[in-house]
Amino acid sequence: MSEIKEIIISSDKIHTDQYLVNMGPQHPSTHGVLRLLVRLEGEIVHHIQPHVGYIHSGIEKMCEAISYPQVIHLTDRMDYLSAHMNNEAVALCVENALQVEVPERVKYIRTIMDELSRLASHQLWWCVMGMDLGALTTFFYGLRDREHILDIFEETCGARMTLNYSLPGGVMFDIHPNFQKRVKEFIKEFKKKLPEYDQLLTGNVIFQERTKEIGYLSLEDAIAWGVTGPAGRGSGFSCDVRKHHPYSAYPLVQFEEKLDTRGDTFTRYRLRIEEMHESMHIIEQLIDNIPEGDYAVKMKGVVKLPEGEFYQRVESARGEFGVYIVSDGKKNPYRVKFRSPGFSNLFALNKMASGHKIADLVAIMSTLDLVIPDIDR
Amino acid sequence: MNALFQYISTVFKGIGTLLTGMKITGKYVFTPWNNVTQQYPENRDTLKMFDRFRGEVIMPHSENNEHLCTGCGICELNCPNGSIEIISKMELTEDGKKKRAIDQHIYHLGMCTFCNLCVKACPTGAIVMGQNFEHAVWDRSKLTKVLNQPGSKIAQGVKE
Repeated sequence: MSEIKEIIISSDKIHTDQYLVNMGPQHPSTHGVLRLLVRLEGEIVHHIQPHVGYIHSGIEKMCEAISYPQVIHLTDRMDYLSAHMNNEAVALCVENALQVEVPERVKYIRTIMDELSRLASHQLWWCVMGMDLGALTTFFYGLRDREHILDIFEETCGARMTLNYSLPGGVMFDIHPNFQKRVKEFIKEFKKKLPEYDQLLTGNVIFQERTKEIGYLSLEDAIAWGVTGPAGRGSGFSCDVRKHHPYSAYPLVQFEEKLDTRGDTFTRYRLRIEEMHESMHIIEQLIDNIPEGDYAVKMKGVVKLPEGEFYQRVESARGEFGVYIVSDGKKNPYRVKFRSPGFSNLFALNKMASGHKIADLVAIMSTLDLVIPDIDR
Repeated sequence: MNALFQYISTVFKGIGTLLTGMKITGKYVFTPWNNVTQQYPENRDTLKMFDRFRGEVIMPHSENNEHLCTGCGICELNCPNGSIEIISKMELTEDGKKKRAIDQHIYHLGMCTFCNLCVKACPTGAIVMGQNFEHAVWDRSKLTKVLNQPGSKIAQGVKE
């Protein structure tokens, strides 16, 4: 109760016509156990205070007790929708620290897997976004297409979501013989399906009324709160790690960083749809040119990092994901810090949703594409 | 008058976009072969998982009840969450030397995260990932398994 008192007292005066509502922790549209303490006046949102930590699993602390290859399988469980990007971030960080050069083949495979993960994540985001706004149909269409990507993952990586595919020095298995054929089939099919997304949801008048000019985030606020990913790019913040700090095979491919300055919910929605087109474009450039070679460098049995601090960032499906490792020369990391995009994006919610109706809050939260284990980790 | 006209045009536009969406859903109502769903419990006999699918750790045995495990414990070291316990014993070989052998390869399925690190690290390829995914049991103790079968022994010629 004390925190509720604090909020009331900390504002200018005690408002008798304003009241506090806990949205969550068990609320279907928060997609997990997220609690938002919302100060309302009637239906108008005045202030949002997110409370995190309901599924805090202490992954950073757990990493201190295990070796570097074992750290990777825990990163699957943070942002489970962009599991491969998280794996890759740790793998790249360890490789940079040891100054290991991975074969070209590994870079190509990792980039294709990244983009497939991004597609799968955006498909799920799209169907959940529709569901949050009351269009349950989209949920089935998004999941239908996502199924094909998960099948590709299952065939090559052995798991559907917790991939654990990137390892320091390479990838766990070589790609499956069917991989290229399946990916090409999927791209061909999904190119036909993506216009359906627009017809079902984007063009819908109800959807547009509920998203256009809602949840404005200015460029200054986006930079100040560290909002990255499609949410930040919707405000004109050029923050694509793939462009600015290229890794893996991204320097070799042509793609566009989608930017817009309008900064409302509909813009963030549209940018994600456009990003799906770009992802397919990247995969098309790489899928036929995977070079021959080893799928992993032979690493030592016990991976030991030199003493020092190492940082690696990658572009996950929701923004910039960073891994910061402090090593004291032993086989376990001394300290691991994950910079998760969801955490930064969540705290800009107050800026976006203040002054809007509480029903709009659901739409705004949906375009941030929050994954709660990513926030709490 | 202008406002009324705008209101009516919005209504028709709304109906128009609704019909555009309904056209898509209608298309799939009449073309059910585009569905990707499986009738899971019914198709159990024909359901085949992918070869690399990580369902559980198993230890394949030959028809002579022989396995490839030497009891070296590398899988136990590589496991991130302690799901594998190796209990080894000392055995006398034919020429009278003492040699380490596996007594029990205990696998806690309930703790396993299916990361594949143990299988990757195994020097003799004694453990592999099985495709079985139906792990539900009524009693938690059933999740602790002994992978080497009773009375099994190491195959000839396998060295650490």
